[in-house]
Amino acid sequence: MTNELTLYLIIGAILFSLGVFGIITRKNAIMVLMSMELILNSANINFIAFAKYGGMNLEGHIAAMFVIILAAAEVAVALAIVLNIYHNFRHVNIDEISKMKE
Amino acid sequence: MNWYNIVFYLFALIVLVSAAGVVFSRKMMYAAFSLLFTFFGVAGLYVLLNADFIAVTQIMVYIGGILILIIFGVMLTSKFTDLEIKSGTTGTVQYVLAGISTIIVAAALIIMYLNVDWVQNPVPELESTVKPIGILLMTKYFLAFQVAAILLLLAFIGAAKIARRK
Repeated sequence: MTNELTLYLIIGAILFSLGVFGIITRKNAIMVLMSMELILNSANINFIAFAKYGGMNLEGHIAAMFVIILAAAEVAVALAIVLNIYHNFRHVNIDEISKMKE
Repeated sequence: MNWYNIVFYLFALIVLVSAAGVVFSRKMMYAAFSLLFTFFGVAGLYVLLNADFIAVTQIMVYIGGILILIIFGVMLTSKFTDLEIKSGTTGTVQYVLAGISTIIVAAALIIMYLNVDWVQNPVPELESTVKPIGILLMTKYFLAFQVAAILLLLAFIGAAKIARRK
């Protein structure tokens, strides 16, 4: 039978696959951002799971904390860019935006 | 089947079902609120993994910050004012191809995880991780901590500069 570490890793793998699927199939830029958050969370689950079952090694917690910090910065800048795109094009469908400016 | 397992499977169910809701729901507000439950479920998994500090950080930063930003983004980038904000998807061919390739990726990862014999150290007694994380941040990871602080400052100044209407 599988052990606990494998169960956490499987949850991370399914979350990662759902995020990749969302990034590939969604048109709206905000939905792509949400799927990206799913991928970052799956990576964090793996970090924390390996930290616990590696004998409570806290370096994994530090890595997860930096991932959270970078996700906050990334979402702030990305939403600013998306707002500018909406201001210029009146929509945020990323497959129809092929020019840098109108 | 003890309490740990019951709580674990409950949180796992919450995470997977709400993540599927984020990816598959048509309405963007429903996707945003599904994301709320995903973040809460992941925070619960962190608690089960003895990571109290990271769990609270997850709730404060993701739910208190990132989710609010995303909901504002959903509302500011649409012409509608009700729940009917929808997100289109790509064509059927791309949808099926993306589904097949992601299922292959997931299956490969899961088969690999099931076949590896992980070396596991015994987990020590349960204790708070806040003090050791603080000590690590102030000694070994001091430079990375400061760089992350400066990066956050620059990112927020840059975001305000970019988003401002001329």
